[in-house]
Amino acid sequence: MNALAEKYPKEIEKILGKYPPDQKRSAVMPLLFLAQRELGYVTKQAMSEIAEIIDVSPTEVASIVGFYSLYYDEPAGKYRIQVCTDLPCALRGAEQFLEKLCENLGIKVGETTPDGLITVERVMCLAGCDKAPMFQVQGSEGLTYHENQTAESVQALIESLRNKDGRA
Amino acid sequence: MSQTLLLRHREIPDIHKLEVYRQHSGFQAFHKAVTTMQPDEVTEVVKASGLRGRGGAGFPTGMKWSFIDQKSWPHYVVANADESEPGTFKDREIMENNPFQFLEGVAIASYAIKANAAYVYLRGEFWQVARQLDQCIADLENAGLLGENLFGSQYSLRIYTHLGAGAYICGEETAMLESLEGKLGQPRLRPPFPPSFGLYGKPTVVNNVETLTNVPLIIENGAAWYRTFGTEKSTGVKIFSLSGCVNRPGNYELPLGTTFRELIFERGGGISDGRTIKAIMPAGASSSLIIANEAALDTPMDYESVPSVGAQLGSASVIVVDDSVNMAWLIDKTMHFFKHESCGKCTPCREGTFWMMHLTERINGGKASWDDVELLREVASQVRGKCLCALGEFSIEAVLSGIERFKQDFEERVGETANQRVNESASQRVSE
Repeated sequence: MNALAEKYPKEIEKILGKYPPDQKRSAVMPLLFLAQRELGYVTKQAMSEIAEIIDVSPTEVASIVGFYSLYYDEPAGKYRIQVCTDLPCALRGAEQFLEKLCENLGIKVGETTPDGLITVERVMCLAGCDKAPMFQVQGSEGLTYHENQTAESVQALIESLRNKDGRA
Repeated sequence: MSQTLLLRHREIPDIHKLEVYRQHSGFQAFHKAVTTMQPDEVTEVVKASGLRGRGGAGFPTGMKWSFIDQKSWPHYVVANADESEPGTFKDREIMENNPFQFLEGVAIASYAIKANAAYVYLRGEFWQVARQLDQCIADLENAGLLGENLFGSQYSLRIYTHLGAGAYICGEETAMLESLEGKLGQPRLRPPFPPSFGLYGKPTVVNNVETLTNVPLIIENGAAWYRTFGTEKSTGVKIFSLSGCVNRPGNYELPLGTTFRELIFERGGGISDGRTIKAIMPAGASSSLIIANEAALDTPMDYESVPSVGAQLGSASVIVVDDSVNMAWLIDKTMHFFKHESCGKCTPCREGTFWMMHLTERINGGKASWDDVELLREVASQVRGKCLCALGEFSIEAVLSGIERFKQDFEERVGETANQRVNESASQRVSE
């Protein structure tokens, strides 16, 4: 039984339709995003299911998960707040912004809040250098950019995520 | 004629809507190409325009198209929307705000090389942009501007988006093709180059988003018109992504050959917090550090002039550094980036960036001696010319130029001068 194929038949058909019929392997990246949507990480089971759909070995799928930084094989907070601290952002106070954010949440970079809602991470350049400090939020609804941020604006965002999740 | 060629949404705010884009002659160039020109003629016009790749390498676009192997089929176009160089944020602004001009460029390039399928490879973080482009592509299909037998001709074209997943290296064209094939994003040994052996081993043209966005206007108005912008050898306009210690960071569309001074001080409003400019990185983190003296500020930003001050124009991601910044800190930042992004295929890059990062950490942390600075220089020099792609090569630019041009910053960090060290070593040798 392939749970992924049963759950998302239309999405999978659409993804496979983008590539030549004899090049199903190209679908591995969109399929991994699909598999990751709900839990925020890809389970071993899902990797095997993707392998079956595109006809490669589960190890090959796992190697893709390992290589690309937007795929995860372990659970984290429901939302990942990923702050860019690369050079252009750092020149505009991104390090201090990240420090303050962690201080307010009472966690260190890479850690998750005790309620399991938020993981804070440091990431590489997100192409938002002119609007630093900036970060992206990854969650089951997708990935959104937040730019020209302050300690207050990110706190307000976190409150809204808490409310949405019923954890306020 | 409007003032901007690429960032046209700044004058026509609703240009991201297909009907508005069409009101401003959108898709007339594609129509003209498909109904009145042979594919080779399209390539010839682009060649004559002098357009060069805007992703960093500056390779002549028309020439790249003309290299496509006509004996092997099918052909593909891949638009490079992996924009990941620290300091670069131009393609995102184009795709978010003027998406149809970009897609028309993809369509014209596809016609020119007789490709019936094109992929837009976006970095995974551009998830929202990809969703918007998918909608634009659907709009074009509904309007009969993409699909089968376009404008009553034999020509058919489909465009697809494909999201990467967070790997800087996939901006390198052969790594991008590997990634699109569902493999690890690692560069291929070249030759063969993509125009003969590209996606799925078929002839492929890979062009940057900004490059392609120039194409509709070139086909519409002609090569001679395009050459009225920029300099003789660096024709046209360029989007300069200005970031770092300036008052007004952002994208500025200017003719190639505009000076650093105009970009940084007139457009960008000068240095923030009333400080003084110290250095410029004209090509993002991959760039050498230029000492920002008067001569450098008066240098025209074009492919020919920037090398005269010891750097490259690259993707024109101008990072401005003020006098509060120590370059030992700066190269520690860029080295962490390259160490993280090295794909691991070539040993000099994989091990070199790892080793250099440890050295920059120690130097910046004040735990090193001048010998470590010399060792860093040595390791960096050993990486040069030994990798399949430019990542390793680029990782050392800021390191070597930083140590050479801002020596006192490193001396300050390690607490001794290079001369002291040389004298000590000499006296040691004497006593031995």
